Amino acid sequence: MPNSATAGGFLLVLAIVLPIAGALLSLVLGGRHAERVALIVMPTGVVVAVAIAATIWRTHSVLQYFVGNWDPPLGVAFRADGLSAVMIVTAALLICGIGLFARTQFPTPRGVEARASLAFWTLLLAIWGALNAVFIGGDLFNLYVALELLTFAAVPLVSLDGSAETLAAALRYLLFALLGSILYLLGAVLLYGAYGTLDIVLLSSRINAEPAAWAAISLMTAGLLAKAALYPFHLWLPPAHAGAPAPASAMLSGLVVKAPFFIVVRLWFDVMPRVPERTAAQVLGLLGAAAILFGSVVALRQARLKLLIAYSTVAQIGYLFLMFPLAIMPETGHPWNSVAWTGGILQAVSHAFAKAAMFMAAGLIAEALGHDRIAGLSGIGRALPTTVFAFGLGGLSLMGLPPSGGFVAKAMLLTAAVAEGQWWWAVVVLTGGLLAGGYVFLVLAKALADTSQPVTLRSRISQSRQTLAVAVALCAVLLGFVPLRPLELLQIGRPNTAVVDVR
Amino acid sequence: MTDATLYGLCGAALVGLGLFGLIVHPQPLRKILAFNLIGGGAFLLFGVVARRGASAGLDGDPVPQALVITGLVVAFAATALAVALLLRLFQETGRATLRSDDSQP
Repeated sequence: MPNSATAGGFLLVLAIVLPIAGALLSLVLGGRHAERVALIVMPTGVVVAVAIAATIWRTHSVLQYFVGNWDPPLGVAFRADGLSAVMIVTAALLICGIGLFARTQFPTPRGVEARASLAFWTLLLAIWGALNAVFIGGDLFNLYVALELLTFAAVPLVSLDGSAETLAAALRYLLFALLGSILYLLGAVLLYGAYGTLDIVLLSSRINAEPAAWAAISLMTAGLLAKAALYPFHLWLPPAHAGAPAPASAMLSGLVVKAPFFIVVRLWFDVMPRVPERTAAQVLGLLGAAAILFGSVVALRQARLKLLIAYSTVAQIGYLFLMFPLAIMPETGHPWNSVAWTGGILQAVSHAFAKAAMFMAAGLIAEALGHDRIAGLSGIGRALPTTVFAFGLGGLSLMGLPPSGGFVAKAMLLTAAVAEGQWWWAVVVLTGGLLAGGYVFLVLAKALADTSQPVTLRSRISQSRQTLAVAVALCAVLLGFVPLRPLELLQIGRPNTAVVDVR
Repeated sequence: MTDATLYGLCGAALVGLGLFGLIVHPQPLRKILAFNLIGGGAFLLFGVVARRGASAGLDGDPVPQALVITGLVVAFAATALAVALLLRLFQETGRATLRSDDSQP
């Protein structure tokens, strides 16, 4: 990797500065202009994200920027490889979709100031900036600050309506997140103490298999698991994600929980590629498997639609962590050349789109009916066919049926499990798919049930919002056309990127 | 025992105490205090690391001190947000606990 800033480096700065500047500007201008600021920043941000991905694709190398021209270890580096590019583009597209979707729910207030509107648009931009900071952070302490920014932006979104129930959910979320971040910081301190740098590239060349590194990485991973809500740290997630307003739930479930997962991937595959950690990878896989089974079974027993979707998030996060035992085990090639590694990343991206679409659909249904009890959904399929279609498309990806991103991701995980003789993970993937089919079917069966009397809708749902939910779900479906092998874009910036097809 | 070892052990003890408090106490306010205790321990450890001058072989390494200051600001902001949420919860419900509204499936 060239040890200097690259030409397109300013794009990385823009990716962070643009949303943060927008958030600050909204605060200054107040609720009457917050939506307008967001509507200007969103398309600009998409252009920046696409430009970053295009530059990385064209040059086939990592984008780098050193803040203030200070080289690491003294300075802070921003780096974007193929993995960052994929996540940045995902975040940009999804934030835009959610932003457009939220315009009806958080409109610019006429006359008096509405705090909910100001808070929503400011926090949306803040979340976006923090996500980009996580995706391009090249320094472990910088990543800590980015994670905290993300938490501070995400927690208030949960309690936007100010009810006691959501306040409690937000507080519990914050307490889990704080425990997670302080454990992460402690690990970072140990790493600095042992190796004298927090820069990811420098660390990866200095780190050795010794107790200091193990302790540090364990602490950091444990902290990140608490933030990513992997079983058994999932307790905070369902009330928080189900209690938030629908657009906020879509962001929290789709994007925010992916940030700590992204840092775990950075830690395990970038910081310590030379440290053997196979037993630990099996433990992560086991927690993931427990999350899949537990989350899916509990989702089946939920009476409320948003809680069902939230528990399904708990289950789908489990899939992300199956990539660790599968990608770290292969004898041939590098972990990131394996289909399991690609499958894990694709699962993160496709789940982001699918889950966001499902939360949008659930929000529309709740708005139309005035409740989201699954038992009372009958006939909604006739009243809001487009919405139910979006929910179904999202469910397709969760179940892992073709054509959908979820199918490709899970097929890659299955292929890896079978190829490496770790058949037990294959059983978990298949069982999880069946259970997901169960809870999606429970909802669809109710929604499409034939009722004699037509449902009375509390409020009219505009066709454009329904179409937006379908568009987001279609992104998850389109990911189903990704070829079933390690992707070239994801390989950019990996050390030693000769593509070895290990299928 | 050198000074650095003593400081390091103190930091570790603070982290242990805080972790214990965070897990054992159900009251949010105590959890928030326990989080600050862990934070104090982590920052103390960072200070020790600076004293050792780990990266440059200097008498004192300035980088951890800069990071500790940033960390303090972040921890302060986190505490403020948590206390604000707790206060609001108290205003809404008249109690400052999380237990009774556990909605387990």
